[in-house]
Amino acid sequence: MIQIDHMTVHLPGFKLQDIDLTVDKGEFFALLGPTGAGKTLILESIAGLIPIAHGRLHVGNQDVTCLPPEKRGIGIVYQDHTLFPHLNVQENICFGLRYQQRPGVYQNQTFDTLVRRLELTHLLDRSIHKLSGGEKQRVALARALAIDPSVLLLDEPLSSLDPNFREEIRLLLKDLHRETAITILMVTHDFSEAHFLAQRVAVIHEGRIEQIGSVSNVFMHPTTPFVANFVGMKNIFAANFKHNYATVEGLSFTLQKNTGTAACIAIRPEHIVLSNTPPNQNVPNMMVGTVARIGHQGLFMDVVVEIAGVHFQSILPASAMHAMHLTPDSRVFMHVAPENIHLI
Amino acid sequence: MKSGLLSQKRTGAGNLIWLSVLCSTVIIAFILFPLVEMVTQPSLVSLGTAALDRDVVRAIWLSIYTAGIAALISMIFGTPFAYLLARHNFKGKKILESVVDLPIMIPHPVVGIAILSIAGRNHWLGHFMQQIGVEIMGTTTGLVTVLTFVGLPFYVNTAKAGFEAIPERLEKVSRSLGASSTATFLRVTLPLGWRSMVVGLIMCTARAVSEFGAVVIVAYHPMVAPVMIYERFTAYGLKYSQPVAVWLILVCLLLFLLIRLFSAPRKKRT
Repeated sequence: MIQIDHMTVHLPGFKLQDIDLTVDKGEFFALLGPTGAGKTLILESIAGLIPIAHGRLHVGNQDVTCLPPEKRGIGIVYQDHTLFPHLNVQENICFGLRYQQRPGVYQNQTFDTLVRRLELTHLLDRSIHKLSGGEKQRVALARALAIDPSVLLLDEPLSSLDPNFREEIRLLLKDLHRETAITILMVTHDFSEAHFLAQRVAVIHEGRIEQIGSVSNVFMHPTTPFVANFVGMKNIFAANFKHNYATVEGLSFTLQKNTGTAACIAIRPEHIVLSNTPPNQNVPNMMVGTVARIGHQGLFMDVVVEIAGVHFQSILPASAMHAMHLTPDSRVFMHVAPENIHLI
Repeated sequence: MKSGLLSQKRTGAGNLIWLSVLCSTVIIAFILFPLVEMVTQPSLVSLGTAALDRDVVRAIWLSIYTAGIAALISMIFGTPFAYLLARHNFKGKKILESVVDLPIMIPHPVVGIAILSIAGRNHWLGHFMQQIGVEIMGTTTGLVTVLTFVGLPFYVNTAKAGFEAIPERLEKVSRSLGASSTATFLRVTLPLGWRSMVVGLIMCTARAVSEFGAVVIVAYHPMVAPVMIYERFTAYGLKYSQPVAVWLILVCLLLFLLIRLFSAPRKKRT
């Protein structure tokens, strides 16, 4: 549905380089990356709102590279809602209807369906200044969907919302996608959002695509240290590999299997298991260290364990940590199952 | 307000606050005192006489309508230019902005001299204009030309600031919804930016009404109000120029008040 070939965008102080991306019809695709990675720029260049320096862009079966934004039929919803402040809810939703080629009857039908589906009926005469964050985002969605776009672009649609509205809009997006089978390309910096909503993701870093794949594949098998860190593998170490072993600063780890091409090992915090007493002797990758730092995260605790100058980050339920009586400088046993050591 | 100042004092910022209050008082008094004195000094009789003086009425009317035309010309040509400056970044933009500010920087008589240097018979442009019957020296056309020259920066800068305050994303969304760039300007930018355009008109008119230095060089006659005030002052003295001055600022204040009221937001926006 969307096909981007070798797209390059130059802006003062920023570059999008050689973006190659295909989004299938009816797919929910997420662009992931930290703030400033260039995700919004990709959306805006698809919508035709910023000029691209090189590359081609197809939407549907049409080459839209040179089309102005108003001829592309692409809906866009920004994180700050971007509702027209001088128009009320209904006028906002109907803004694009007059440019539609479809007959009015059909438009009215779409409008009614949308308003009912997004539960905006009682708000139609309201000024947009009197809406809650969730209501504003529903109006912005209705406005974008009212023009019957071939593709819906969402720019961090949840991040400006309070947690309770975030949950509501997140469910709404999922349902809308299922009901309408519209192609959605969403930008987010939150992997859990992508996990919940998207089928495939692309991770963007400094204007380049680092990895594309299904959500679970990217989550389970990151191919670069950046992606590994982004999907929550907080422990990433450069290592020397030999046979079935990886050595980090003199610490030897048994691996499940050596790929022969890796340069780093990556371990999720939740896979670093801590205990007060030495576990069963047959446990591989067992080491003794001291607690260097403890950080509170509400129900969970970050525990940093130092072994031979290397810092390992682990995460424990707060209750488990209290039961273990861990304090800074405590001696602690640590082990990692070989299958939980990822090679990058 | 009072408790705010007191609590500031308690936190140790007291001396600075009182210094600021003192300086603000001095400034406000410095502005208002001479103006209030000037307005209150002339007797009602002399004000009445001036109001019935056809020369005075004609001069004030001429001042206001030439300034108004200058403001309209500034708006017609300045709005697209202000929008360009507000929305686009390009090489040389800073230089263009400085050029727009030039009329503010240049001494006023120099502006008059500059306009005359291209309006004379010896210059090709002046020669051409005389052939099609446009005369600058000593005409209403000349007045409007000079007033536009000095007023233009005030319109362009105010309108530009207004356009810059409109989030560009609103225009982007409008485009994505199918509106062309013209339709977007008419349906989004204009409704959100017209207030600053009106303020720009007021600033431009105010600046144009007050112009003297450039006007006396290009067109002593027909006589606009500032020139008349100057002439009466030099020929008859302070007492004879004051009533004209009072009428000029009263008419201007009334005009600006009306426009301001008309353009005030109907309800508070959040």
